[in-house]
Amino acid sequence: RGKKVISPEVLDELEEILIGADIGVRTTLELVEKIRTQVDRKLLNDTDELKRVLRQELLALLRAPVKSVSGRAVRSELDIPTDIRPYVMMVVGVNGVGKTTTIAKLAHLIKREGNDVIVCAADTFRAAAADQLTVWAERVGIPVIQQKPGTDPAAVVYDALQAAKSRDADVVIVDTAGRLHNKVNLMNELEKMSRIARREVPQAPHEVLLVLDAATGQNGLEQARQFAKTVPVTGLVLTKLDGTAKGGIVVAIARELGLPIRYVGTGEQLDDLAVFSPEAFVDSLFE
Amino acid sequence: MFEALSEKLKKTLKTLRGESKLTEAHINAAMTDIRIALLEADVNYGVVKQFVERVREKALGQEVWQALSPAQQVVKIVFDEMVELLGGGAASDLAFTSQTPNVILMVGLQGSGKTTSTGKLARFLAQQRKRHPLLVSVDVYRPAARDQLSVIGKAIGIPVYEDPTTDDPFKLARAAYREAQLRGFDTLLVDTAGRLHIDDELMVELAQLKAELHPVETLFVADAMIGQDAVRSATEFHERIGLTGVILSKMDGDARGGAALSIRSMTGQPIKFVGVGEKYDALEPFYPDRIAQRILGM
Ligand SMILES: Nc1nc2c(ncn2[C@@H]2O[C@H](COP(=O)(O)OP(=O)(O)OP(=O)(O)O)[C@@H](O)[C@H]2O)c(=O)[nH]1
Ligand SMILES: Nc1nc2c(ncn2[C@@H]2O[C@H](COP(=O)(O)OP(=O)(O)OP(=O)(O)O)[C@@H](O)[C@H]2O)c(=O)[nH]1
Ligand SMILES: [K+]
Ligand SMILES: [Mg+2]
Ligand SMILES: [Mg+2]
Repeated sequence: RGKKVISPEVLDELEEILIGADIGVRTTLELVEKIRTQVDRKLLNDTDELKRVLRQELLALLRAPVKSVSGRAVRSELDIPTDIRPYVMMVVGVNGVGKTTTIAKLAHLIKREGNDVIVCAADTFRAAAADQLTVWAERVGIPVIQQKPGTDPAAVVYDALQAAKSRDADVVIVDTAGRLHNKVNLMNELEKMSRIARREVPQAPHEVLLVLDAATGQNGLEQARQFAKTVPVTGLVLTKLDGTAKGGIVVAIARELGLPIRYVGTGEQLDDLAVFSPEAFVDSLFE
Repeated sequence: MFEALSEKLKKTLKTLRGESKLTEAHINAAMTDIRIALLEADVNYGVVKQFVERVREKALGQEVWQALSPAQQVVKIVFDEMVELLGGGAASDLAFTSQTPNVILMVGLQGSGKTTSTGKLARFLAQQRKRHPLLVSVDVYRPAARDQLSVIGKAIGIPVYEDPTTDDPFKLARAAYREAQLRGFDTLLVDTAGRLHIDDELMVELAQLKAELHPVETLFVADAMIGQDAVRSATEFHERIGLTGVILSKMDGDARGGAALSIRSMTGQPIKFVGVGEKYDALEPFYPDRIAQRILGM
């Protein structure tokens, strides 16, 4: 659409787009209010300018965490520092968001860059969770460390780290069971896994990725709060962006918790993982 | 009842004191609060719009009740309307016929909880409805999907039809159907692969599976944490496949579950069960008044 004057209907439409993308009521109302003020002061005159300003606002929100969080969180796994061995990554999140699949994709990526990767099947709870990870590990061509169902997941983490040290592996990726963030015992279990990792490898886990399903609504913010409180979350992975959901809740998360978005999942195959692009993300909100 | 929303409305309606009718200005102001509360609970934008319009009409010009404060009165109008839209007060049951087997088809987006819910529902039907279920997974795509259902079947003591020599969902479905007929299982629960509503190939597969199996129930399993996209995915599943009900999973979390209202009002299909945990006994009948309370933030 070409240039239009910014009528109240345009602002309503904008509100609908932002809320419809799950950006959230609070963030949306604030953004729309900002725009409205600028329109009233004649600082913004047509829809083209509006789009440009809004895009900048959103980009600023999404880019801010990358600047503010410690360097560690935004370092690419693709050049993992040689002085950290093994480099330990944990992948966490609520049930069914795509953790195990994301690990397969990440392992594939990191291995292709010339690293020796081990995956750790620390979901000892869900039916056939270890089998699922094992199938993926075979496809990627990497070893998986696992134990009997029902084993304490921290014990599997311990095993995996010992194995990694003795094999001189570069990277260990820990798959954790899906858990709802309001379950205290399960969150404590996660904290224990992280603690054991740190005991066995200095500074570990070096990275904790929180996986969010793009279709998640406002609850995503509380998920991020609670996981970040329990383990040192360093970034987000937004999965299932190949659907029609926009994943807007990450804007609220970036804004309130300063967590950067690292990757996006765009399908169920190994290659369906991309480094997060704020520009592409923001543009897709208005498609 | 509904502390947070009532408090907000109390502020909004505080100048109403002494009037005998709910006035237009007051109702409009109250509707703004309600609209925000519903959007924060993940009710779809369009659904909120329609809902608020209906409530506004109901509330306009109503006598101010003696027994309730105006804020409580507005909340009650909202609550009653929501319960009504969610299907009234009672839980809906499953439809069974004399046909053997009765097929129940489980469908939905990736990771929504289909496989787990298949196990839960089978256990529920065996224990509470004296049915004899057989399970089959036709998910030939997700790694170890069929193993997952097998493990679940063992855990709940319900047989699972398996054939590791084929990767054809139709062969699996047909063979399981025959097996159920031969061995006298009165119910066949079919767990399908997760799929996106815009994945044409897989949606066609699902429509064909349904055409072959003539299920008595086609249940859409939806994650209670889902946001604004719920309407789009549920509507497309309903239009292409024809749903007969919904299972709302992961209600043991702290999401408000506004998707329940969106899905119900857009598809017209009742929510029949809620999943409230990862264990196989964590399935409950759906009560509209409970979810209405939750959406409104009790
Ligand atoms: N369309 C699409 N599907 C995905 C994507 N990522 C994962 N999935 C699918 O989502 C479903 C759940 O993925 P999993 O990797 O098992 O999720 P999880 O978080 O490990 O699940 P739990 O361990 O049970 O909590 C599977 O069917 C995956 O194939 C994605 O980016 N796009
Ligand atoms: N807390 C909780 N978790 C649940 C519930 N229902 C399912 N889950 C969990 O959600 C995750 C996904 O469940 P699945 O049954 O594998 O989902 P699915 O729809 O079959 O997934 P795909 O086959 O990959 O599409 C698992 O970790 C389950 O344990 C529930 O009611 N509450
Ligand atoms: K999308
Ligand atoms: Mg998993
Ligand atoms: Mg499944």
